[in-house]
Amino acid sequence: MSSRPINLDHAATTPLREEVLEAMLPFYRNGVGNPSGSHSLSRAAVRALDDARERLAATLGAAPREVVFTSGGTEADNLALTGTVRAALDAGVGSPVIVTSAVEHPAVRETAKAANGWTAPVDRDAVVDLDILKDLIGKAGDALACVSLMLVNNETGTLQPLGDAAEIVEQVTGGGGLVHSDAVQGFAWCDLSREAAEADLVSLSAHKFGGPQGVGALLVRERARRRLRPVLFGGPQEQELRAGTQNVAGAVGMSVAAELTHAEREDARRRCDELGDRLVAALTRMDGVEPAVARKRRVGAICNLRFRGIRAEELLLLLDALGVYASAGSACASGALEPSPVLAAMGVDAGAAKEHVRFSLGYETTVDDVDSAVRIVSAAVERLRT
Amino acid sequence: MAAVLLRDAGHEVVTATMKLWSGASDSGCCSVADVEDARRVASRLGLDHHVFNFTDEFDEAVVGPYVAAHAAGLTPNPCVECNRHLKFAAFLARALRLGFDVIATGHHARVSRDASGVSLRRGVDLAKDQSYVLACLTATQLQRVLLPVGEMTKPDVRRLAATLGLGTASKPDSQEVCFVAGGPGRESRRRFLEDRMDLHPGVAVDAATGAVLSRLPAVELVTVGQRRGLGVAAGGRRFALEVDVANRRVLVGDEASLDVAGVQLAQRSWVDAPLGDGSRVDAQASAHGRPFPAVVTADGLRFEVPRRRIAPGQVVALYDGDRVVGSGIAAGAAASLRAAVSS
Repeated sequence: MSSRPINLDHAATTPLREEVLEAMLPFYRNGVGNPSGSHSLSRAAVRALDDARERLAATLGAAPREVVFTSGGTEADNLALTGTVRAALDAGVGSPVIVTSAVEHPAVRETAKAANGWTAPVDRDAVVDLDILKDLIGKAGDALACVSLMLVNNETGTLQPLGDAAEIVEQVTGGGGLVHSDAVQGFAWCDLSREAAEADLVSLSAHKFGGPQGVGALLVRERARRRLRPVLFGGPQEQELRAGTQNVAGAVGMSVAAELTHAEREDARRRCDELGDRLVAALTRMDGVEPAVARKRRVGAICNLRFRGIRAEELLLLLDALGVYASAGSACASGALEPSPVLAAMGVDAGAAKEHVRFSLGYETTVDDVDSAVRIVSAAVERLRT
Repeated sequence: MAAVLLRDAGHEVVTATMKLWSGASDSGCCSVADVEDARRVASRLGLDHHVFNFTDEFDEAVVGPYVAAHAAGLTPNPCVECNRHLKFAAFLARALRLGFDVIATGHHARVSRDASGVSLRRGVDLAKDQSYVLACLTATQLQRVLLPVGEMTKPDVRRLAATLGLGTASKPDSQEVCFVAGGPGRESRRRFLEDRMDLHPGVAVDAATGAVLSRLPAVELVTVGQRRGLGVAAGGRRFALEVDVANRRVLVGDEASLDVAGVQLAQRSWVDAPLGDGSRVDAQASAHGRPFPAVVTADGLRFEVPRRRIAPGQVVALYDGDRVVGSGIAAGAAASLRAAVSS
C-alpha cells in the first residue's frame, strides 16, 4: 500500500511535534553550553534548563526543584525504585521491600526484581488487588522502600486506582510510606497534578507525548527528597540526584511537548476515547474479536484486542505490509514476540496471549485513520482466517 | 546467502529468523546475537527481516519427541522433525497465509522442476548434501520451496558471503543437536536428558549367551550399533545390537551379528506416488551416511547385501540416483526387528 501508513502504535512512541522540533533546533544549530560551566554559553544553557524545568513542573502541579531530568522513563523508574531502596539501606533497613503490581512495565518489574520485590496480583482487567496490596504493605512494615503502581498500563490501557493505593499506604504506614507511579503512558491522558497528586515519585518519558526520545523526568516531591539516593554517580547535576551533563535541548523539547499535551489533554482524551471506541466497536463486530479489558477500566486510546485463531505475529506482519502500525505485548531481546507477563497476570492463558494485538491512538490520529485501519485490519483478519 | 541468490535472481525477498529454542545452546543458534547477525545481514542486503517465535511448536514437535525417543531407547531425528514440523510446515504455512509464494532455506539440496513435476535432489556439493534431512517432504511442500544454495558448492557459498562482506562467512557449519548445550558428546546429552526424564542404569548382556557383561549407567543413552562406552572389555569388538529399556538391558554382540537383511519402516512418506514392492532404491540411514542398494518391500526394505542394522528410530531416506523418492523411520519394536532379520 503506497498511501501514508496509519500509526496506531502511539504507546510505543509518538511522532515528534512540530513545535517541539522548532524549540529544540536552535540548540543544535547554534550550539548549547554545558549547564555546569560558568561562562555565558553555560549560563544560557542553565537558563534554558531552568525554564524547561519550570514549564514541565507547571504541568505537573509541582515545584521546579521537584523535577529531575533523566534519559527517559526507564531511568526514572530505576532512580525511583533503586534510589528509595538505597536510601532505606542507608537508614539501616536490612532488606528493603518494593511492593508493585503484577502488570508493571519491565523498567519497574525488573528493577523491583533486582531488589526485594513483592507483587500484588491483578484482576482480569489488570487492576491491582488493593486488599493484597494492603497486606503486602503491612507485611513489609518498616522494611518498605516504596510502593510502585503504574498509572496507565502500556499494554492494556488499564487505569490503576493510584489514589486509593496511596491512601492505603498512608493508612498502613502511618504516613511514612513512599508511593511511586510510572506515568509514562499516563501523562498523555491524565492530569497528573490531580491524578498523581498523592504520588511521591512520578516517572515520565517525553517521547510518549510528542517529545523527543532520550529524555524523561522523575518528579520527586519535596517530602520524598531525603529518602532518595542517586543511582548514577558522578557530578552534582539535578540536585545531586542524577549525575551527567543534562540533555538541554531534550529537556526543552520535553517541556514544550508537556505544555502542549497539558493544554490539549482534555480535548485529545475525549477525541481519542471516541476514536478508540469507534475502532473497538467496528473490529469486535467480527467473529472472535474481543477487547482484553473492560472499557470503563481503561483509557480509550489504548485498545488491546484478542483475535481468536490468529497469531499476533502474523497479523502484525500483514498489517505492516498493508500500512497499519500496531504492536503486541512484549518482545524479547531477539525481537521475537514473547508471552506477555501482563496478559499472564490477568489470567490469559499462554495460547490466547499469542492472539492479542494492541492498537494505541495519539494526538494526531484522525477518524479517517481509524476507519481505514478498520478496513485494513478486517481484510487482514479475513485473509489469515481463510 | 539464499536471500542474496534469490534477490539477485529478481525475487521479492523478505527474510525471517525462526526463534525455536529459548534455552542454552552452543551454536549460538536462536540466541540474541545470532538473530542480530541475521538482522544485520538482511539490513545490509536491503531486505526486511522478521523474527518468528516458534518455541512452543519446537518444544512440542522436536524437543519432546527427542526426549521421548531416548526414553524408549530409540534414535531421535531432531533435524528431520524440525524440517517436517517447523520449517516446512509451521513456517511454510505462515508464509503462505501472509501471501508469500514460496519459502527458501539455506539447505544444501536442490528442488528441480520439470514437466514430470517437482523433485528433491542432492546438493551439488555432495560432501555437504543435506537432502537426507529433507527426505520427508512431499511434492506438495516442495512446490513451495526454493533451495538456491544447493546449486552451489559450499566454498563458493563462503566466497560469495565474504565478497558481500556478510558477517556469517566465517561461521562454523551447523552441527550436533542445536538445543543441547555443553559441547559435543555423550556427556552433554546425558545432562540435557537428565533434566527432562529419568535415566535408568542397566546391564550389557551377551546376545548369544545371556551372560551379563557389564553395568551401564543409563540404558537410554546407548544407541544400536554403538561400540564405545559399553564397558565390555573381553572378547574382541562388541556392539550394541538392541536397546531394551523396559528390561534395562542392552544386548551386545560381535560385528557380524550387527548385520541384518532388511529393515521395517514406519511413517513411510513418498515425494510422489508410493513405490511398489520390488522397486530398487538407494537407501541412506544417516545425514552423511553412504547410500546402499535396497529393494522396497511391503513394510520396509530388503538390503541387496546384508548390512549393519539401522538403529530403531533412525530416518532412512530413499533415493533414485540423486533424487529423493521417500523416507521412513526404522521400526523400533525389537520383536519385529528380529522377525525382519530371520525372514
